[in-house]
Amino acid sequence: MNRQAVLMNEDYTILDREIILATQAGLPLVSEPYQQIADQLNVDPELIKKRLKKMREDGRIRRIGAVPNHYKLGYTANGMSVWDVPDDLIKTFGQAVGKMSFVSHCYERPRFLPEWPYNLFAMIHGHSHEEVLEKADKIAALLGENCRARDILFSTRILKKTGIRIGVQT
Amino acid sequence: MDNLDRQIINELQRNFPICDHPFAVVADHLDTSEEELISRIQLLLDEKYLTRFGPLFNADQMGGSVSLCAMAVPEYEFNDIAEKVNACPQVAHNYQRDHQLNMWFVLATETQDELEETIRNIEEETGLSVRNMPKLQEFFVGLYFEV
Repeated sequence: MNRQAVLMNEDYTILDREIILATQAGLPLVSEPYQQIADQLNVDPELIKKRLKKMREDGRIRRIGAVPNHYKLGYTANGMSVWDVPDDLIKTFGQAVGKMSFVSHCYERPRFLPEWPYNLFAMIHGHSHEEVLEKADKIAALLGENCRARDILFSTRILKKTGIRIGVQT
Repeated sequence: MDNLDRQIINELQRNFPICDHPFAVVADHLDTSEEELISRIQLLLDEKYLTRFGPLFNADQMGGSVSLCAMAVPEYEFNDIAEKVNACPQVAHNYQRDHQLNMWFVLATETQDELEETIRNIEEETGLSVRNMPKLQEFFVGLYFEV
């Protein structure tokens, strides 16, 4: 793709994709990382900074920073807690559970009846199995009698962990 | 890992600046030098205290599709099936969990069609049905691990 076409692309979709591809494995560990990306993509560094800020504003970038390896930091237990709560209360409870300090991800997902009645998912991290179970009980206490069924699935093995990448070869 | 490493890990979980010399700005906060900060981050990555450092993209804000999928895999063929599933480049993570639905993986694709096609392929390859559980609402993502 020639540079002119990339920069003429009105909403910068092509350049943004190039920035994502250039940074999804990580930011260069040099004094001027954005300058280095600009050199690599052959564009003005001001534009790189502007597009990154834009993507951070509109939510395409959640944040720029580090992802700690929670296992290595002692958070060795993780449990996917799942709950069946009434559909009309899912938003209220989802937001409340998501605010709990030990929950890393909180979503509503579809049920598969009868084998899977759960619609609220909350990932819990802790230093031990017991700690995760205690934290799950805190969620249960918050849901009260609106919790119609619950379970917690501990991971027994990581089978793959490459993370989300775009532009992968299929 | 010393006190400065811990401060670095905590600080880098907040938003990293977008400016000409971002490491210098962060180093200033932490009362260290830009050089020291950069070499410490490299070490923390090498020693796997950090899994990555850079922009964290929100795949479904970028027009792509992401979904959590689950399968009930018979124990005797678990490893073979895991190999088949992991061979798909669209599989971002895969975990074994202690439940009848014992294999849980995240699929990330550039389009919804590709997601559905990948699920069909996995079902054909493995002869097992895939429960597709895309998120319907997101309430929270992100966790700050204080060290």
